[in-house]
Amino acid sequence: MDNRNAILKPTFFIYLACFILMLFLPKILPTYHLILFESGITFAIMALGFNLLLRYTGLLSFGHGALFAVGAYAVGMTGEYYPDLYRIEILLPIALLASFVVSFIFGFICVRHTRVFFSILALALSMVLYALLVKLYSITGGSDGIRIELPMMFGKSFDGVKRFEFLSGAYYYLLICVFAAATVIMSAIVNSPFGKALQCIRDNEVRAEMIGIRVRRYRLYSFILSGLFTGLGGAMWSFVNGHVTPEIAEWVFSGEIVYMTLLGGFMVFEGPIVGAILFTYLRLYAVSITQYWMFLIGATLIILVLLLPEGITGGFVKLFSKMRRRPSPGAVSC
Amino acid sequence: MEHWVIYLLNGLYFASFLFLTSLGLSIILGVMGILNLAHGSLFAIGAFVAAWIVGSFGSNSPVALFFVGLLAALGVAGVVGLALEMSLIRPMYKRALEYQLLITFGALLLIEDLIKMIWGGTAYYASGPFTAMGSLAIGRNQYPYYFLFAMLISVAAGLGLWMIMSRTRVGIMLRAISMDREMAQAMGIQIGKLNTLAFGMGAALAGLAGALIVPTTPALLGIGMDPLILAFIVVVLGGLGSLKGALIGSLIVGETRSMGIVFFPEIELPLLFFIAVIILVFKPEGLFGR
Amino acid sequence: MLKVNQLIKDFGTVRIINSADFEVRADEIVSLVGPNGAGKTTLVNLISGHIFPTSGKIEFLGQDITFASPYKRIKLGVARNFQITNLFLDTSVLDNVRTCLFSVYGKIRKAILPANHYAAVSQEAVDILDLFGLSGKQNLFPPSLSEGDKKILDTAMAFALKSKFLLLDEPTSGVATRDKFKVMDTIVSAIRREKMACLIIEHDMDIVSGYSDRLLVLSEGAVIADGKPKEIMEEESVKKILFGVRS
Repeated sequence: MDNRNAILKPTFFIYLACFILMLFLPKILPTYHLILFESGITFAIMALGFNLLLRYTGLLSFGHGALFAVGAYAVGMTGEYYPDLYRIEILLPIALLASFVVSFIFGFICVRHTRVFFSILALALSMVLYALLVKLYSITGGSDGIRIELPMMFGKSFDGVKRFEFLSGAYYYLLICVFAAATVIMSAIVNSPFGKALQCIRDNEVRAEMIGIRVRRYRLYSFILSGLFTGLGGAMWSFVNGHVTPEIAEWVFSGEIVYMTLLGGFMVFEGPIVGAILFTYLRLYAVSITQYWMFLIGATLIILVLLLPEGITGGFVKLFSKMRRRPSPGAVSC
Repeated sequence: MEHWVIYLLNGLYFASFLFLTSLGLSIILGVMGILNLAHGSLFAIGAFVAAWIVGSFGSNSPVALFFVGLLAALGVAGVVGLALEMSLIRPMYKRALEYQLLITFGALLLIEDLIKMIWGGTAYYASGPFTAMGSLAIGRNQYPYYFLFAMLISVAAGLGLWMIMSRTRVGIMLRAISMDREMAQAMGIQIGKLNTLAFGMGAALAGLAGALIVPTTPALLGIGMDPLILAFIVVVLGGLGSLKGALIGSLIVGETRSMGIVFFPEIELPLLFFIAVIILVFKPEGLFGR
Repeated sequence: MLKVNQLIKDFGTVRIINSADFEVRADEIVSLVGPNGAGKTTLVNLISGHIFPTSGKIEFLGQDITFASPYKRIKLGVARNFQITNLFLDTSVLDNVRTCLFSVYGKIRKAILPANHYAAVSQEAVDILDLFGLSGKQNLFPPSLSEGDKKILDTAMAFALKSKFLLLDEPTSGVATRDKFKVMDTIVSAIRREKMACLIIEHDMDIVSGYSDRLLVLSEGAVIADGKPKEIMEEESVKKILFGVRS
C-alpha cells in the first residue's frame, strides 16, 4: 500500500504532460480544429460521468442525452429569462443544480429496477424530456431551440467579440481547467471507498447488500454524480456549439454517448475520454461522406461488441499485457 | 355521452397495436431474457412494407392488397428477426446482459438507416383501406370500420398465439423455457432453435402491428421509437410474460392515450410515460407482475 | 444471543422447517448437522434474512428480527458466508475484504480520498487476509483463485464484517481434505479471538467433533438433538439419522 509515492507515479507525469500540451494547443492548432477539440472535451466530461454508471456501477443508461440537454438548456434558458445572471460563474452552478434535480428524479425512478429495465427506463425518461422540450416551445424554443450568447466571464464581457475568438481565447483555458478538475474529481471518486462500494454493487448486488451497502441508495448517488458530470459537459458544450436544440435529448444522441464510451473502451478510466474526442472527429468525417450515419454507428457498434468489446484502450491494454507476457488483470484503473 | 363511447373505442384501437407489439416484446423477453431494443425498428419495417405495397399497387382494391401487405409485413419482419437472432444475438448469450442490449441497439441504428436507404426519407401513405372500409354511425358520430378491423386482427392474432402457446408442442416448450430455462434445458428442450423461433415470432408480431397502423398514420422514419417505449411500458405495467398482462396493459395504456389526446393533446405521450412512471414508483414489479 | 422459537417455513405445501427451536449463546460455536434435505440451508437463510418464515420467531440479542431485512440484521451483527461462493468477481481479493471493512466502519460514503489512503483499514484488511492464509493473493481476482481459496475468502469477508454472530454454510466444502483442518483452525481461532458466536453447517463429523461446543441435529425440519457433540453422537436415534446405521 505504498501510496506515499503516488505523486511520483509515471501516470501522473503523463497527465501533467498532456495538460501542458493542451495549454499550448491554441498556438498549434488552427481555430477550426481547436473548436472541434473543445467539443470533444465537453463530450469527454460527459463520458466520464456516463462511465461512472457503466463501468463502476454496472448500469447502462440509454438516456444520458437528456442529462446532457439539461445542462445545456439550463444555460440557454438562463440566458433567455435571467440575462442578469448570464455569467459563467453563475451559469455553471445553475447547470449543476438543474442536473442535480433532474438526475435525482430520473435516478430515483430508474434505480429500483433490474439492470435491463434500468436501461430502457432511462431511454423512456429521456424521450419524455425530449417530447417536453419540443412541445413546450413557448418556454424552450421548441425544435428551433435557444441561441447561446457569449456569457460574461469573471467580470469580463464579450459583447461584440466573435465566437471563434472567445472559444480560442479565454474560454478554452476555462474549459481545459474544468476538464482537468472533472478528471481529477472522477478519479478520486472511483478510487475512494465509495467507488469501491459501487464496484461491489456492480459485481454482485446481492452480496453488496449483505455486506451492508444499501444498493438502491448508492446507485442513486452514482446516478446523480453521473448526471452532474454529464450536465456540466452539456453546459460547457452549449457555448462551443452556440445553439441548443432538443435533439441532444433524443435517443440517437444517447446512443452516441454509449457508442463513444464503448469505442474508447469503458474498462479503462481514460477510455471514455479517448472515445469522446475520437468520436467528434469520426462523426465529422463520416457525416461528410455519407448520409447514413446511423448505419455506420450501428454497424461499428455491433463490430465493437462482437470483436473488441473493451474498445480501443482495452485493446491496447491487452496488447500491452501480451507484450509483457503477464496475465492482464480484470480491471485497470489509475 | 357518445363522445365517451368514441373515446373508449379509440382507446381500443390504440390498444390493438400496443397489444401486438408488447406481446412480441414479451415473448422475446420471456423466452430469451432479452430486451429487444430493435423491436420498434421491426415495427417500422412492417409499416414501410405494408405502406409501400398498398401505396404502390393498391389503388384499385386497397383492402385486398392490404391483406397482402399485412402478410408481407409479418413475413419480412419475421425474417429480419430470424436473421438478427442468428447472426447477432446468438453470440451474445454467454455475455453479460448489457452486451445483448448493446447489440440490439446497434441493430436498431442499422435498421433505421436501412429503412432510409430502401425507402428514402419521405412519408408513405396508405390510407386506401381506411377510406375504403367506410365508417359506422354511432349516434351523431362516425366511427371508422377500419378501427374495428384492426381490433379484429389483433384479437385474432392474440387468440392464434394463445392457441399456439397452449395447444402445440412448440408453444408448450416455449412456455417451459420462459418459466425456467435451466430446467427446460435439462429436460432436453432445444433452447437454441426455440430462441430463434421466439425472436422470429416476436418480430413478426411487431411487423404486423406496424402494418396495421399505416392506414391511419403514414410510415415515417423513426416511427418505431414510440411503439418501442410504449410496448415496454405495457410489459412493465402488465407484468412480464403473461398474455393477460399484455392485454390489460395495452388496454390501460391505449385508453389513457385516447383520453390524453382529447384532454392534453400536445403532451399526451409524455403524460402517458409520466403516469406509467408514477405507477412504477409505487409498484416496481408492475401492476400484475410477479 | 440467538433464539429461534418454533420456526416454521412452508414452500407451498411442503413444510421445510417444522417448528425448529434452539439457542446459540455468546462465545459458542454450534454445529448444525443433518442429512441432505433436512433444511439446514433454509434455516440459515431464515436467520440471515434471505427468506422469511411462515410462522415462529427469531430473536437476536433480545430483538425480534423475524422479518427484518438482511441489511438490518447485518447492522445488528449477523453475518454469513455462502455455500456457493458469492464474491465480487471483478474486484481484487484485497478489496473484497477491505470494502467489507469500509462498510462496517461507515466509510463507504467517503468519496474524495483514495481507498489506499485509509492506511489503518487497508492494513487491517491485509491482516485479515494473513489470518486466513491469503496474503500472497491480495492483488489477484477471485476467478483466478482455487475453489478452496474462494471459500476461505468468502468466510474472511463474513469475518471482516465484525459481526457478533457468524453463520457459516459449509465453510470447508470444496477445500482439499488435507487443508480442511488448517482452514478450520484458522477460522475457529479467529472466531474465538473475537469472541464471536457461530453456527456452522457441516457434513464432516470429524470437524464437527473437533471444533464445536455444541451440536444441533436437524432432521426433516426439526431439531431432534441438542447437546455436546460427544454425547449426541452416541445416541442411537442420531446415529441412525446421520449414518443410517444401527450399531
